[in-house]
Amino acid sequence: MATTQEWKFTAKEIAEKPDLFLPGHRACAGCGPANALRMIMKATRGPTIVTEATGCMEVVSSIYPYTSWAVPWLHTAFETSAANASGIDAALRILKQKGKLQEHVDVIAIAGDGGTFDIGLQALSGAVERGHDFLFVLYDNEGYMNTGIQRSGGTPMGAATTTTPAGSVMPGKLQHKKPIADIMVAHNMEYVASATPYYWKDMLQKVRKGLEVEGPAFLHVFAPCPRGWRSESAKSIEYEKLAVESCVFPLYEVVNGQYTLSTPSKLISLAPQKKRPVTDYLKGQGRYRHLFNPKNKYVLDEIQRWTDERWTILLKKAEQNA
Amino acid sequence: MKTDAKQQIMAMNGDEAVAYAVKQSNVDVVAAYPITPQTIIVEKFSEYVANGEVPTQFVCTESEHSAMAASIAASATGVRAFTATASAGLALMHEMLFVASGCRVPVVMAVANRALSAPLNIHGDHSDAMAERDSGWIQIFVENAQEAYDSIIQAFRIAESKNVSLPILVGLDGFTLSHTLENVTTLVDDVAKEFVGERELPLVQTHEGKSAPFKLDPKNPMTMGPIALQNYYFEFKRQQEEGMKNALSVIEKVHAEYAELTGRSYGNGLIEKYQLDDAEFAVVCVGSTAGTLKTVVDEIRAEGIKVGLLKLRTFRPFPVQEIQKALAEVSLVAVFDKSMSFGGNGGAVFHEVRHALYDNAAHPLIVDYVYGLGGRDTNPKEFKKIFHELHQIARSKRVEKLVSYIGLRE
Repeated sequence: MATTQEWKFTAKEIAEKPDLFLPGHRACAGCGPANALRMIMKATRGPTIVTEATGCMEVVSSIYPYTSWAVPWLHTAFETSAANASGIDAALRILKQKGKLQEHVDVIAIAGDGGTFDIGLQALSGAVERGHDFLFVLYDNEGYMNTGIQRSGGTPMGAATTTTPAGSVMPGKLQHKKPIADIMVAHNMEYVASATPYYWKDMLQKVRKGLEVEGPAFLHVFAPCPRGWRSESAKSIEYEKLAVESCVFPLYEVVNGQYTLSTPSKLISLAPQKKRPVTDYLKGQGRYRHLFNPKNKYVLDEIQRWTDERWTILLKKAEQNA
Repeated sequence: MKTDAKQQIMAMNGDEAVAYAVKQSNVDVVAAYPITPQTIIVEKFSEYVANGEVPTQFVCTESEHSAMAASIAASATGVRAFTATASAGLALMHEMLFVASGCRVPVVMAVANRALSAPLNIHGDHSDAMAERDSGWIQIFVENAQEAYDSIIQAFRIAESKNVSLPILVGLDGFTLSHTLENVTTLVDDVAKEFVGERELPLVQTHEGKSAPFKLDPKNPMTMGPIALQNYYFEFKRQQEEGMKNALSVIEKVHAEYAELTGRSYGNGLIEKYQLDDAEFAVVCVGSTAGTLKTVVDEIRAEGIKVGLLKLRTFRPFPVQEIQKALAEVSLVAVFDKSMSFGGNGGAVFHEVRHALYDNAAHPLIVDYVYGLGGRDTNPKEFKKIFHELHQIARSKRVEKLVSYIGLRE
């Protein structure tokens, strides 16, 4: 993979490139994932087939007889986007082998946190182990938002969801988020990265790098859900920024197991005083409102402790490769 | 029937016969996961792949669920896809079977029919396939390894027929057929390939308003497997039913063409009548039991009792009219079911046959015998006993027990 290559995704270039995820979809105002997908599709490099798991982005973009997809697109089930990618990849390979297809076609599999951390993990693991050529895009809005805001393996500690409501004895979700990117790194993938639309250029470059990989690549995209997070629609982009600045969602790349911090997170590592407290990110989101009740301070402390610990571990991994 | 096609006799078990037919059918993608008693199919096919005998992408998925998802996706990309499974594997695929038929992808799947847990049992019965009867798949059950081979070759043509465009399942009895050696007459590669032909894709309208082949093609973007709500979903399902209806004549036509080519036929492809024309009473079964029952029918006939057999080859779509016609003259019908429909007052085949005969003017008496669950052997002697029992029921015109079990300790 040409990891050193830099793509010049200028605002002008991006604006001029036609949308492949089209307007007119049914996503809510301020939807992080819809914004992410529109941007991500701007980074495609040629003929592309998209397959998507059941979830909010599938539901809002494919209501028959309408579609928001200007590329060939397949949905089969909740847990199958990576398995679909396997089948598409196998079909493209045989078509090439038989001389029925000349050009290269990129395959992008998209799933939310439910379809990735939870029900789709087995198929994803299998497809990656088999080495299929596809980019897996996880849009992580940290819950089963489409079914009514239930907890997923990607829901962070303390978040109130409809299956982990903030009650008199339970302060929202009791467990931390599953380290999905590390799990994918453990598959010995060539390319794993984290991204978020606020840092759009960084995200688009990572999409392109993932597509350039001949084999599986994984992109963890952080994308707020105003409905699920009980946050203001206009603040989604701001939360993307705050998540990075508080190190709740650091940006990095892992190329052949080598961790490298991406510029926004690198800057924080160089100037630790710029690292913001997690409360800067948590406050304002309705899903964390209960944590600001003094009796739940211990949860806020634990989120800060865990965030710091994860950040330190990441810094060590990145330092070792520096 | 005479045939000029050059054929060869090979010693194969049912699973090998399936693998061999797939090898000859120009299949592009095989995505599968091993499960007893299907394993030999994927093992044999792996050998073909390892030895470069087939130009096929073989995807060893991490589960049957993914095997079916990958098969659907490959088929949606425009190529020919095959998979095989059994029992728990088919059950794990359950969700995806509906997706395959709903997406109208002509995936071909062999099912080495097997019991379902619990208790765990690896042997043959029809519990797996019968549990999928409403999944929108065409279902054919075969009598022997020869028919397994012949049916797989025919299956691609049937499923890919433009006015059908539905997935198809070919069921062969676990162990009874999957693991026992038989002489199988096979076509030479070129003839088989020519019969199966290339997959032709139906033309559909893309969302850009163009007419294009139904596949994932960057030149003609198409949205496949969308969400359809109250205002459209029903129409999709109605169209699937139309495809199923069309399948009846397509199965007959492809079967007849194949019979012309090979000299081998199985009734009309939907049902096979054996000694039925002057029968006083009839028995109905699916799968390998038909072979046993043909022998038993001959023996009972030798005693002067006029019994006939209706082998149901195509279970979905259910050939209602063919069955009504074939059983119009008998006074008693006994159905043999190799699966349970718990609380259903009889097995799945019984329900279907009884339903079909409701409209016949002369209502025959209809009884059900459940047998062979979990691979329990039912031998000709036991069937003979049942036939004598049936003869008595036909004479007395009195049914005392609607559903009975053969060879069961209770």
